[in-house]
Amino acid sequence: MGTTVAPAVSVSTPIGASRCGSVNVEIGGISVRLVTKDPGFCDMMEQRYTGFLNPLAQPDYEFAVHIAPPPAEAPEEDARVFRKGRVWHFERGDFRAQWDARTRQGWVRQSANPYSVDTVLRIAHSLVLADEGGFLVHAASAVRNERAFLFAGISGAGKTTMSRLAPPDATVLTDEISYVRRSGPHYRAYGTPFAGELARVGANISAPLDTLFFLVQGVVNRIEPISQIAAARELLRHTLFFAHDPELVKQVFHSAIEFVSRVNVARLIFTPDVRAWELVR
Amino acid sequence: MKASYIARSSAVASRILDGEMVIMSAVDSTLFSLNEVATVIWQAADGCTPLSEIVSLRICAEFDASPNEARADAEAFVEELARHGILLVSDCPIVGVSANASENA
Repeated sequence: MGTTVAPAVSVSTPIGASRCGSVNVEIGGISVRLVTKDPGFCDMMEQRYTGFLNPLAQPDYEFAVHIAPPPAEAPEEDARVFRKGRVWHFERGDFRAQWDARTRQGWVRQSANPYSVDTVLRIAHSLVLADEGGFLVHAASAVRNERAFLFAGISGAGKTTMSRLAPPDATVLTDEISYVRRSGPHYRAYGTPFAGELARVGANISAPLDTLFFLVQGVVNRIEPISQIAAARELLRHTLFFAHDPELVKQVFHSAIEFVSRVNVARLIFTPDVRAWELVR
Repeated sequence: MKASYIARSSAVASRILDGEMVIMSAVDSTLFSLNEVATVIWQAADGCTPLSEIVSLRICAEFDASPNEARADAEAFVEELARHGILLVSDCPIVGVSANASENA
Protein backbone atom coordinates (compact mmCIF):
# COMPACT_ATOMS: atom_id res chain seq x y z
CA MET A 1 0.00 0.00 0.00
CA GLY A 2 1.10 3.56 -0.46
CA THR A 3 2.48 3.23 -3.99
CA THR A 4 1.75 6.33 -6.00
CA VAL A 5 0.88 6.36 -9.67
CA ALA A 6 2.98 9.42 -10.39
CA PRO A 7 6.21 10.46 -8.76
CA ALA A 8 5.27 14.04 -8.02
CA VAL A 9 2.25 15.60 -6.43
CA SER A 10 2.03 18.89 -8.22
CA VAL A 11 -1.13 19.98 -6.45
CA SER A 12 -0.31 21.71 -3.22
CA THR A 13 -1.79 19.91 -0.22
CA PRO A 14 -3.17 21.84 2.73
CA ILE A 15 -1.58 19.48 5.20
CA GLY A 16 0.96 16.70 4.87
CA ALA A 17 -0.38 13.43 3.59
CA SER A 18 0.20 10.39 5.71
CA ARG A 19 0.26 6.92 4.11
CA CYS A 20 -0.93 4.87 7.07
CA GLY A 21 -4.20 3.99 5.37
CA SER A 22 -5.59 3.78 1.88
CA VAL A 23 -8.55 2.34 0.05
CA ASN A 24 -8.66 1.49 -3.66
CA VAL A 25 -12.14 2.14 -5.02
CA GLU A 26 -12.55 0.69 -8.50
CA ILE A 27 -15.58 1.78 -10.51
CA GLY A 28 -15.97 1.10 -14.20
CA GLY A 29 -12.52 -0.44 -14.26
CA ILE A 30 -10.98 2.84 -13.09
CA SER A 31 -9.24 2.63 -9.74
CA VAL A 32 -9.03 5.61 -7.41
CA ARG A 33 -6.89 5.32 -4.33
CA LEU A 34 -8.07 7.31 -1.33
CA VAL A 35 -5.20 7.90 1.07
CA THR A 36 -5.84 9.05 4.61
CA LYS A 37 -4.14 9.01 7.98
CA ASP A 38 -7.47 8.52 9.70
CA PRO A 39 -8.05 4.77 10.30
CA GLY A 40 -11.69 5.37 11.19
CA PHE A 41 -12.29 7.07 7.86
CA CYS A 42 -10.56 4.18 6.11
CA ASP A 43 -12.95 1.75 7.77
CA MET A 44 -15.87 3.96 6.76
CA MET A 45 -14.72 3.92 3.12
CA GLU A 46 -14.26 0.17 3.13
CA GLN A 47 -17.82 -0.28 4.32
CA ARG A 48 -19.23 2.34 1.97
CA TYR A 49 -17.60 0.85 -1.13
CA THR A 50 -17.91 -2.83 -0.35
CA GLY A 51 -17.97 -4.70 -3.63
CA PHE A 52 -15.98 -1.97 -5.37
CA LEU A 53 -12.69 -2.38 -3.51
CA ASN A 54 -9.68 -3.71 -5.32
CA PRO A 55 -6.64 -3.49 -3.07
CA LEU A 56 -4.44 -5.12 -5.69
CA ALA A 57 -5.25 -2.69 -8.49
CA GLN A 58 -2.63 -0.25 -9.67
CA PRO A 59 -4.51 3.00 -9.04
CA ASP A 60 -5.29 5.20 -12.00
CA TYR A 61 -5.82 8.22 -9.78
CA GLU A 62 -5.12 9.12 -6.18
CA PHE A 63 -6.65 11.53 -3.69
CA ALA A 64 -5.14 12.34 -0.30
CA VAL A 65 -8.10 12.79 2.04
CA HIS A 66 -7.47 15.22 4.89
CA ILE A 67 -9.98 14.99 7.67
CA ALA A 68 -10.97 18.31 9.21
CA PRO A 69 -13.60 19.28 11.77
CA PRO A 70 -17.05 19.58 10.21
CA PRO A 71 -18.03 23.11 9.22
CA ALA A 72 -20.21 24.91 11.73
CA GLU A 73 -22.91 25.13 9.13
CA ALA A 74 -22.57 23.48 5.74
CA PRO A 75 -24.92 25.36 3.43
CA GLU A 76 -27.06 23.36 1.02
CA GLU A 77 -25.51 24.07 -2.33
CA ASP A 78 -24.40 22.49 -5.55
CA ALA A 79 -20.77 21.63 -6.00
CA ARG A 80 -18.72 24.23 -7.87
CA VAL A 81 -16.29 22.69 -10.30
CA PHE A 82 -13.87 24.82 -12.25
CA ARG A 83 -10.44 24.62 -13.78
CA LYS A 84 -7.47 26.86 -13.11
CA GLY A 85 -4.72 25.96 -15.50
CA ARG A 86 -4.54 22.21 -15.44
CA VAL A 87 -5.89 21.84 -11.93
CA TRP A 88 -9.54 21.14 -11.30
CA HIS A 89 -11.12 22.63 -8.19
CA PHE A 90 -14.15 21.01 -6.57
CA GLU A 91 -15.88 22.98 -3.83
CA ARG A 92 -19.00 22.65 -1.76
CA GLY A 93 -19.88 23.74 1.77
CA ASP A 94 -18.74 20.39 3.17
CA PHE A 95 -15.51 19.89 1.21
CA ARG A 96 -12.77 21.38 -0.90
CA ALA A 97 -10.70 19.40 -3.36
CA GLN A 98 -8.12 19.92 -6.05
CA TRP A 99 -7.18 17.46 -8.74
CA ASP A 100 -4.56 17.49 -11.44
CA ALA A 101 -5.72 15.13 -14.16
CA ARG A 102 -2.26 15.07 -15.71
CA THR A 103 -0.35 13.93 -12.63
CA ARG A 104 -3.47 11.95 -11.65
CA GLN A 105 -3.22 13.21 -8.10
CA GLY A 106 -5.29 15.41 -5.88
CA TRP A 107 -6.50 16.08 -2.38
CA VAL A 108 -9.78 16.43 -0.54
CA ARG A 109 -10.34 18.32 2.70
CA GLN A 110 -13.53 17.27 4.44
CA SER A 111 -14.97 16.04 7.68
CA ALA A 112 -15.16 12.31 8.42
CA ASN A 113 -18.30 11.58 6.44
CA PRO A 114 -18.88 9.33 3.41
CA TYR A 115 -20.87 11.82 1.37
CA SER A 116 -18.22 14.42 0.56
CA VAL A 117 -15.71 11.99 -0.92
CA ASP A 118 -18.56 10.24 -2.74
CA THR A 119 -19.31 13.51 -4.53
CA VAL A 120 -15.62 13.98 -5.27
CA LEU A 121 -15.53 10.53 -6.84
CA ARG A 122 -18.59 11.28 -8.96
CA ILE A 123 -17.05 14.51 -10.19
CA ALA A 124 -13.67 12.92 -10.92
CA HIS A 125 -15.23 10.00 -12.77
CA SER A 126 -17.44 12.33 -14.81
CA LEU A 127 -14.34 14.25 -15.92
CA VAL A 128 -12.39 11.09 -16.74
CA LEU A 129 -15.31 9.66 -18.72
CA ALA A 130 -15.81 12.91 -20.64
CA ASP A 131 -12.32 12.54 -22.05
CA GLU A 132 -13.15 9.16 -23.55
CA GLY A 133 -16.70 9.80 -24.77
CA GLY A 134 -18.48 8.24 -21.82
CA PHE A 135 -20.52 9.77 -19.04
CA LEU A 136 -22.36 9.41 -15.78
CA VAL A 137 -26.09 9.72 -16.20
CA HIS A 138 -29.04 9.93 -13.83
CA ALA A 139 -30.37 6.50 -14.67
CA ALA A 140 -30.97 3.13 -13.15
CA SER A 141 -29.38 0.30 -15.07
CA ALA A 142 -29.50 -3.45 -15.14
CA VAL A 143 -28.07 -6.39 -17.03
CA ARG A 144 -30.41 -8.94 -18.55
CA ASN A 145 -29.45 -11.62 -21.06
CA GLU A 146 -25.88 -10.31 -20.93
CA ARG A 147 -26.92 -6.88 -22.20
CA ALA A 148 -27.28 -3.66 -20.27
CA PHE A 149 -30.36 -1.44 -20.20
CA LEU A 150 -30.48 2.10 -18.85
CA PHE A 151 -33.59 3.74 -17.40
CA ALA A 152 -33.12 7.49 -17.25
CA GLY A 153 -35.38 10.01 -15.66
CA ILE A 154 -35.69 12.80 -13.21
CA SER A 155 -36.35 12.13 -9.56
CA GLY A 156 -39.71 10.39 -9.29
CA ALA A 157 -39.71 9.14 -12.89
CA GLY A 158 -39.34 5.52 -11.80
CA LYS A 159 -35.63 4.67 -11.59
CA THR A 160 -35.96 3.15 -8.13
CA THR A 161 -39.24 1.48 -9.08
CA MET A 162 -37.71 -0.23 -12.11
CA SER A 163 -34.78 -1.35 -9.97
CA ARG A 164 -37.03 -2.69 -7.26
CA LEU A 165 -39.18 -4.55 -9.81
CA ALA A 166 -36.21 -6.13 -11.59
CA PRO A 167 -36.92 -9.84 -12.19
CA PRO A 168 -34.59 -12.54 -10.83
CA ASP A 169 -32.75 -12.90 -14.13
CA ALA A 170 -31.83 -9.19 -14.18
CA THR A 171 -28.93 -7.78 -12.19
CA VAL A 172 -29.21 -4.18 -11.05
CA LEU A 173 -26.11 -2.10 -11.74
CA THR A 174 -27.44 0.97 -9.96
CA ASP A 175 -30.74 2.57 -9.08
CA GLU A 176 -29.42 6.12 -9.41
CA ILE A 177 -26.23 6.88 -11.36
CA SER A 178 -25.28 4.82 -14.38
CA TYR A 179 -21.73 4.56 -15.62
CA VAL A 180 -21.19 4.42 -19.38
CA ARG A 181 -17.85 3.92 -21.05
CA ARG A 182 -17.11 4.05 -24.74
CA SER A 183 -14.78 1.73 -26.57
CA GLY A 184 -14.63 2.58 -30.27
CA PRO A 185 -18.16 2.34 -31.64
CA HIS A 186 -19.40 0.35 -28.65
CA TYR A 187 -20.66 1.33 -25.23
CA ARG A 188 -20.60 -0.59 -21.99
CA ALA A 189 -22.50 0.01 -18.76
CA TYR A 190 -20.89 -0.65 -15.39
CA GLY A 191 -22.24 -1.09 -11.92
CA THR A 192 -21.70 1.73 -9.45
CA PRO A 193 -21.81 2.15 -5.69
CA PHE A 194 -23.70 5.42 -6.20
CA ALA A 195 -27.02 4.47 -4.67
CA GLY A 196 -30.34 6.24 -4.67
CA GLU A 197 -33.47 5.50 -2.66
CA LEU A 198 -32.72 1.78 -2.56
CA ALA A 199 -29.62 2.64 -0.53
CA ARG A 200 -27.99 -0.43 -2.00
CA VAL A 201 -24.79 -0.48 -4.00
CA GLY A 202 -25.07 -1.93 -7.48
CA ALA A 203 -23.48 -5.12 -8.73
CA ASN A 204 -19.88 -4.64 -9.77
CA ILE A 205 -20.28 -6.11 -13.23
CA SER A 206 -20.57 -4.71 -16.74
CA ALA A 207 -22.22 -5.53 -20.05
CA PRO A 208 -22.53 -4.12 -23.56
CA LEU A 209 -25.17 -1.43 -23.66
CA ASP A 210 -28.33 -2.42 -25.51
CA THR A 211 -30.88 0.37 -24.99
CA LEU A 212 -31.30 3.63 -23.15
CA PHE A 213 -34.89 4.13 -22.06
CA PHE A 214 -36.31 7.42 -20.90
CA LEU A 215 -38.90 6.60 -18.26
CA VAL A 216 -42.43 7.93 -18.45
CA GLN A 217 -45.12 6.58 -16.16
CA GLY A 218 -48.35 5.74 -17.94
CA VAL A 219 -51.35 3.46 -18.06
CA VAL A 220 -50.19 0.87 -20.58
CA ASN A 221 -46.69 -0.55 -20.88
CA ARG A 222 -45.21 0.29 -24.25
CA ILE A 223 -42.06 1.44 -25.99
CA GLU A 224 -42.22 4.60 -28.06
CA PRO A 225 -39.58 5.64 -30.57
CA ILE A 226 -37.84 8.94 -30.03
CA SER A 227 -36.03 11.11 -32.55
CA GLN A 228 -32.28 11.37 -32.24
CA ILE A 229 -32.49 15.08 -31.53
CA ALA A 230 -35.04 14.57 -28.77
CA ALA A 231 -32.88 11.73 -27.45
CA ALA A 232 -29.80 13.95 -27.38
CA ARG A 233 -31.73 16.70 -25.64
CA GLU A 234 -33.03 14.28 -23.01
CA LEU A 235 -29.68 12.62 -22.52
CA LEU A 236 -27.95 15.95 -21.99
CA ARG A 237 -30.59 16.82 -19.43
CA HIS A 238 -29.78 13.72 -17.41
CA THR A 239 -26.02 13.65 -17.86
CA LEU A 240 -23.97 14.62 -14.83
CA PHE A 241 -21.57 17.35 -15.62
CA PHE A 242 -20.68 19.51 -12.74
CA ALA A 243 -18.37 22.00 -14.41
CA HIS A 244 -19.50 24.88 -16.58
CA ASP A 245 -16.25 24.67 -18.43
CA PRO A 246 -16.63 25.47 -22.15
CA GLU A 247 -14.34 22.70 -23.33
CA LEU A 248 -16.05 20.17 -21.09
CA VAL A 249 -19.49 21.26 -22.32
CA LYS A 250 -18.33 20.66 -25.88
CA GLN A 251 -16.98 17.22 -24.98
CA VAL A 252 -20.23 16.22 -23.30
CA PHE A 253 -22.25 17.52 -26.24
CA HIS A 254 -20.26 15.51 -28.76
CA SER A 255 -20.43 12.44 -26.51
CA ALA A 256 -24.22 12.70 -26.34
CA ILE A 257 -24.54 13.09 -30.11
CA GLU A 258 -22.26 10.12 -30.72
CA PHE A 259 -24.17 8.02 -28.22
CA VAL A 260 -27.64 8.63 -29.64
CA SER A 261 -26.27 8.00 -33.13
CA ARG A 262 -25.00 4.55 -32.15
CA VAL A 263 -27.21 3.18 -29.38
CA ASN A 264 -30.92 2.30 -29.29
CA VAL A 265 -32.81 5.03 -27.45
CA ALA A 266 -36.54 4.95 -26.76
CA ARG A 267 -39.21 6.04 -24.31
CA LEU A 268 -40.47 3.38 -21.94
CA ILE A 269 -43.98 4.19 -20.86
CA PHE A 270 -44.70 1.92 -17.94
CA THR A 271 -47.04 1.12 -15.11
CA PRO A 272 -45.25 0.49 -11.84
CA ASP A 273 -45.50 -3.28 -11.75
CA VAL A 274 -43.35 -6.20 -12.87
CA ARG A 275 -44.97 -6.39 -16.30
CA ALA A 276 -42.93 -3.38 -17.43
CA TRP A 277 -39.92 -5.68 -17.50
CA GLU A 278 -41.60 -7.83 -20.16
CA LEU A 279 -40.57 -5.13 -22.64
CA VAL A 280 -36.95 -5.13 -21.49
CA ARG A 281 -35.26 -8.12 -23.05
CA MET B 1 -30.81 45.28 -45.28
CA LYS B 2 -27.86 47.05 -43.73
CA ALA B 3 -24.47 45.47 -44.37
CA SER B 4 -23.82 42.98 -41.65
CA TYR B 5 -21.49 40.07 -41.26
CA ILE B 6 -22.14 37.03 -39.13
CA ALA B 7 -19.76 34.48 -37.64
CA ARG B 8 -20.23 31.40 -35.53
CA SER B 9 -19.01 31.84 -32.00
CA SER B 10 -16.13 29.63 -30.94
CA ALA B 11 -17.98 28.98 -27.67
CA VAL B 12 -20.36 26.51 -29.27
CA ALA B 13 -20.34 22.92 -30.36
CA SER B 14 -22.40 21.88 -33.35
CA ARG B 15 -23.18 18.68 -35.18
CA ILE B 16 -25.50 17.44 -37.87
CA LEU B 17 -27.81 14.87 -36.30
CA ASP B 18 -30.51 13.04 -38.19
CA GLY B 19 -30.27 15.67 -40.94
CA GLU B 20 -30.63 18.66 -38.61
CA MET B 21 -28.02 21.02 -37.25
CA VAL B 22 -27.82 20.84 -33.47
CA ILE B 23 -25.91 23.52 -31.59
CA MET B 24 -25.00 23.75 -27.94
CA SER B 25 -23.81 26.89 -26.25
CA ALA B 26 -20.72 26.14 -24.21
CA VAL B 27 -21.53 29.16 -22.08
CA ASP B 28 -24.96 28.24 -20.75
CA SER B 29 -25.46 24.74 -22.24
CA THR B 30 -28.55 25.83 -24.17
CA LEU B 31 -29.35 23.45 -27.01
CA PHE B 32 -30.69 24.60 -30.37
CA SER B 33 -31.81 22.64 -33.38
CA LEU B 34 -32.01 24.48 -36.68
CA ASN B 35 -34.33 23.98 -39.61
CA GLU B 36 -32.99 23.61 -43.13
CA VAL B 37 -32.88 27.31 -43.94
CA ALA B 38 -31.32 28.25 -40.63
CA THR B 39 -28.73 25.53 -41.13
CA VAL B 40 -27.67 27.08 -44.44
CA ILE B 41 -27.27 30.48 -42.77
CA TRP B 42 -25.34 28.92 -39.90
CA GLN B 43 -22.97 27.08 -42.20
CA ALA B 44 -22.42 30.18 -44.32
CA ALA B 45 -21.66 32.36 -41.29
CA ASP B 46 -17.94 32.61 -41.95
CA GLY B 47 -17.53 36.21 -40.83
CA CYS B 48 -16.58 37.32 -44.36
CA THR B 49 -19.76 36.87 -46.38
CA PRO B 50 -22.34 39.61 -45.87
CA LEU B 51 -25.70 38.39 -44.63
CA SER B 52 -27.34 40.03 -47.64
CA GLU B 53 -25.24 37.85 -49.93
CA ILE B 54 -26.09 34.71 -47.95
CA VAL B 55 -29.77 35.53 -48.30
CA SER B 56 -29.69 36.32 -52.00
CA LEU B 57 -27.26 33.66 -53.19
CA ARG B 58 -28.16 30.84 -50.85
CA ILE B 59 -31.61 31.24 -49.34
CA CYS B 60 -33.51 32.81 -52.23
CA ALA B 61 -31.75 30.65 -54.78
CA GLU B 62 -31.97 27.33 -52.98
CA PHE B 63 -35.36 27.65 -51.31
CA ASP B 64 -37.31 29.66 -53.88
CA ALA B 65 -38.07 32.29 -51.26
CA SER B 66 -39.02 35.90 -51.95
CA PRO B 67 -36.23 38.35 -51.08
CA ASN B 68 -38.31 40.31 -48.58
CA GLU B 69 -39.54 37.25 -46.77
CA ALA B 70 -36.12 35.58 -46.74
CA ARG B 71 -34.45 38.75 -45.47
CA ALA B 72 -36.94 39.16 -42.64
CA ASP B 73 -36.61 35.53 -41.60
CA ALA B 74 -32.83 35.66 -41.75
CA GLU B 75 -32.65 38.81 -39.67
CA ALA B 76 -34.95 37.32 -37.04
CA PHE B 77 -32.90 34.14 -36.92
CA VAL B 78 -29.62 36.03 -36.66
CA GLU B 79 -31.01 38.28 -33.96
CA GLU B 80 -32.15 35.32 -31.88
CA LEU B 81 -28.89 33.41 -32.10
CA ALA B 82 -26.90 36.59 -31.47
CA ARG B 83 -28.96 37.15 -28.34
CA HIS B 84 -27.74 33.79 -27.06
CA GLY B 85 -24.17 34.63 -28.01
CA ILE B 86 -23.72 31.82 -30.48
CA LEU B 87 -23.66 34.04 -33.57
CA LEU B 88 -21.54 37.16 -33.72
CA VAL B 89 -22.82 40.10 -35.75
CA SER B 90 -20.79 43.04 -36.98
CA ASP B 91 -21.03 45.76 -39.60
CA CYS B 92 -17.55 44.83 -40.81
CA PRO B 93 -15.96 41.43 -41.58
CA ILE B 94 -15.23 39.28 -38.54
CA VAL B 95 -11.83 37.65 -38.69
CA GLY B 96 -10.51 34.60 -36.86
CA VAL B 97 -13.62 33.47 -35.03
CA SER B 98 -15.35 30.78 -37.01
CA ALA B 99 -12.45 28.45 -37.70
CA ASN B 100 -13.05 26.52 -34.51
CA ALA B 101 -16.78 26.41 -34.95
CA SER B 102 -16.58 25.27 -38.54
CA GLU B 103 -14.67 22.16 -37.60
CA ASN B 104 -17.67 21.13 -35.53
CA ALA B 105 -20.19 21.96 -38.19
